[in-house]
Amino acid sequence: MTYIPISPKERDAMLETVGVKSLDDLFEAVPAKHRFPNLDLPPALTEMEAAARLADMASSNENVRDHLISFLGAGAYNHYIPSVVDHMLRRGEFYTAYTPYQPEISQGTLQAIFEYQSLMTNLTGMEVSNASHYDGATATAEAVNLAYAQFRGKRKKIVMSPTVHPQYREVIRTYSQGMGLEEAGDDPNVDLEAGPESLMALVDDQTMLVVVQYPDFFGRIYDYTKLIEDAHAKGALVCIVANPTALLMLKTPASMGADVVVGEAQPFGIPLWYGGPYLGFFTTKKSYVHKMAGRLVGETVDARGQRSYVLTLTAREQHIKRERATSNICTNQGLLALAAAVYMSTLGKTGLQQVANLCYQKAHYAANELSKIDGFGMCFTQPFFHEFVLCCPKPASEVNQYLLDNGILGGYDLGKDYPSLKDHLLIAVTEMNTKDEIDTLVEILKEMK
Amino acid sequence: MATIVEPTIFELSSPGRTGVTMPASDVPEVALPPKEMLRSELPLPELAEVDVVRHYVKLSKFNYSVDDGFYPLGSCTMKYNPKINEDTCRLPGYLFTHPLQPIETVQGNLALMFELQEWLKEISGFAGVTLQPAAGAHGEFTGVLMMSAYHKLRGDTKRTKMLIPDAAHGTNPASVGMLGYSVVTIPSDARGNVDLKALEAACDDTVAGMMLTNPNTLGMFDEHIEDVIKLVHDCGGLMYGDGANLNALLGIVRPGDLGFDVMHFNLHKTFSVPHGGGGPGSGPVGVSQRLVDFLPSPLVGVLEEGDDETAPLYGFVTPENSIGRMKAFHGHFGGGLVRAYTYIVMHGPDGLKDISQYAVLNANYLQARLRDTYHIPFDRICMHEFVAEGQFPGSDVRALDISKRLMDYKFHPPTNYFPLIVHEALMIEPTETENKDTLDRFADALIKIADEAKTQPELLHNAPSTTPFGRMDEVKAARELVLCCWLPENYEELA
Repeated sequence: MTYIPISPKERDAMLETVGVKSLDDLFEAVPAKHRFPNLDLPPALTEMEAAARLADMASSNENVRDHLISFLGAGAYNHYIPSVVDHMLRRGEFYTAYTPYQPEISQGTLQAIFEYQSLMTNLTGMEVSNASHYDGATATAEAVNLAYAQFRGKRKKIVMSPTVHPQYREVIRTYSQGMGLEEAGDDPNVDLEAGPESLMALVDDQTMLVVVQYPDFFGRIYDYTKLIEDAHAKGALVCIVANPTALLMLKTPASMGADVVVGEAQPFGIPLWYGGPYLGFFTTKKSYVHKMAGRLVGETVDARGQRSYVLTLTAREQHIKRERATSNICTNQGLLALAAAVYMSTLGKTGLQQVANLCYQKAHYAANELSKIDGFGMCFTQPFFHEFVLCCPKPASEVNQYLLDNGILGGYDLGKDYPSLKDHLLIAVTEMNTKDEIDTLVEILKEMK
Repeated sequence: MATIVEPTIFELSSPGRTGVTMPASDVPEVALPPKEMLRSELPLPELAEVDVVRHYVKLSKFNYSVDDGFYPLGSCTMKYNPKINEDTCRLPGYLFTHPLQPIETVQGNLALMFELQEWLKEISGFAGVTLQPAAGAHGEFTGVLMMSAYHKLRGDTKRTKMLIPDAAHGTNPASVGMLGYSVVTIPSDARGNVDLKALEAACDDTVAGMMLTNPNTLGMFDEHIEDVIKLVHDCGGLMYGDGANLNALLGIVRPGDLGFDVMHFNLHKTFSVPHGGGGPGSGPVGVSQRLVDFLPSPLVGVLEEGDDETAPLYGFVTPENSIGRMKAFHGHFGGGLVRAYTYIVMHGPDGLKDISQYAVLNANYLQARLRDTYHIPFDRICMHEFVAEGQFPGSDVRALDISKRLMDYKFHPPTNYFPLIVHEALMIEPTETENKDTLDRFADALIKIADEAKTQPELLHNAPSTTPFGRMDEVKAARELVLCCWLPENYEELA
């Protein structure tokens, strides 16, 4: 299969215009001994054959729609996506356009991103949102970059709660290798029952940023207002990593005083897709906008007096500032920001509240019913949203294997990241889980020997 | 007040209107958390489904896209995105698999990732590939982290400098800056190659490495590439290749064979993943043997070999000296890797070589057609792109004006003002998916615009005039900084 629309006759005419005899003659600058290698790749397939091959590989997976009942979350959630979302994403005008560098012919992308930014600020209560980052983990790492830039490298300590997603903490460690940061709090062996105030002992006048998660990795809801007040008293900034579905119901991070609110917006209209691409949202206060990485769309007017939108504050970015830029970030997740905007618009205030309420109600039903089984119980007593830690009578890996044998994708095995929780599962319940599914989970666990 | 062409989704909102609703709860109701833990209001839009569809369809029509026409944006490789990719990446087996599922339940995904790693190694001549990075700049950062870790593990701590040619993409120095390296800029010579004398003078035992785009942003394949790499290696540095311009090299030459140590791929350029209005991209990274142990974790590997009757068992492995994790989960699987896999499997080795040969033919054809009208400062056989000057003696017309005027001729403009070493740069990359007629119409338009610049310059200064929007007031945007909107102030009264 080829997508090259040039006939041999046209090719020959073009070669003549260029002044060479053959296509191969165009490559004389390439060292002869390495020129035109034979690539050991499978021979080309036609579209029909390729479609069959890809379908065959896809069908060898067990997926959470056709094969498995899922109670797995831990940073990626199985939510319903209204049909409209993908219909909009499939418009070639959106998905085959580039970054909107030429605003006169990119107003579709620009207004959609402006609306996405507005939806995220209204959701988090923060003042500004950028056009998005790669995912929740890298958005959190960019919050560290912001704090580092804000203190011009003079404060070098970050305090990170051990109940921030383990992979996010890993990414922050990778990203900050060149900064010489001191990290405190990132210790999975601490008392996991302790509330957020326990972090305060670690915050000092060298601390640039405190990072907590809301609800935390175990699903627990804490009010961080006091922590933030105390951290501010020491001059530190606070970043809250938030789940957007939970924010539909819970007090906003802005009302607690957070400086940066980031998170993973995959729950808003983006499929599980085996982990990506997802959508990292990044919101902050207006006073930090010049230190924020990533694209930003602002409102303006055009030469004809029409309201319109452009990429703005580009002087912060790598193509202008080069090695002095806060971050090397170049792309955003444009099409997925559109997905989130269409998702939020299509469900609207009413539908979104219903989603949050269903998640909450079903998760609590599941928690109640599971706790009644002999040997099982809730690990924590703190209020939770749609994820909770279930204490099991056996190692979590054995419980999960038993569930999988019965067609259920169990929870996240916490023993991998928290040695004290090796018999504990992190269970996620969303609007996709019916009462029957939850009852099935309970029945199967009752039968487990 | 500015005229509103299309209201925002907030302005379109009407209290009480509903779109898609959710089923009633099928479980016994429990109390919500205490009131002080709840938000007091949710100021989000309320619309019917048809409102949403009409709004976004209208917005889409304000965009110019590859599906609309020619998009010769230099260094961005705006090739046609095959439609079959859109179907394969949405197969239920990919859409509905969770990234933390047990590996036994996702062998299809892992096999696809493993094969893609192997194919990218074969195409580039590298010993190892990670699929994790989310975009080109993310891949660069990954590569520079590995270079840094390599020197650190050897106790070679005095290497504080990174060499970067003056024609480089801005992401190169920015990536290096994130790790605290100082940048030493290396000039280009008169033929658009790295200036070997300047490079030699800069090479010493404080050099961590060099980041080179080859072909570079002038579209020139460096005529001394092996000498450049040897100089860097001889002083103990590592050679980074910016793979942004890989569309010129498929089946032409393998960067690994030339001696590069690291290179990121842009699956959204070379391998037809659509650009999505600015992302998501996908930026796998390939490395030479000496950096294999530093790759980010996890990689996909074979945990148990297969035989004639059983398939191998694929799973995740962590390299010995891994720099760590670059993002959550495993990379841009659905939107990036599945589309790139589909594209490569449909091309095979000969099809890939055709891509690069025709990409280079199209660029040279346009260059030949424009040579007499526009000054081309580095004028020799180019690779997949070339750079012309968008200015004329005695005229105040600039590259920006030419670009805006091209919109009136229904073309997307080339990249402007980059690379920085060319005055009023117009960087033109046609890609292989354009036919001769399109290229001729584009060249004719540029030639006509050059004539208009002399006879009716106001046409260019006032362009575009046939698009839905005119030139924007960018100063106002930056000064007033209106970055979001809200529901109207009297919204509740509308109820």
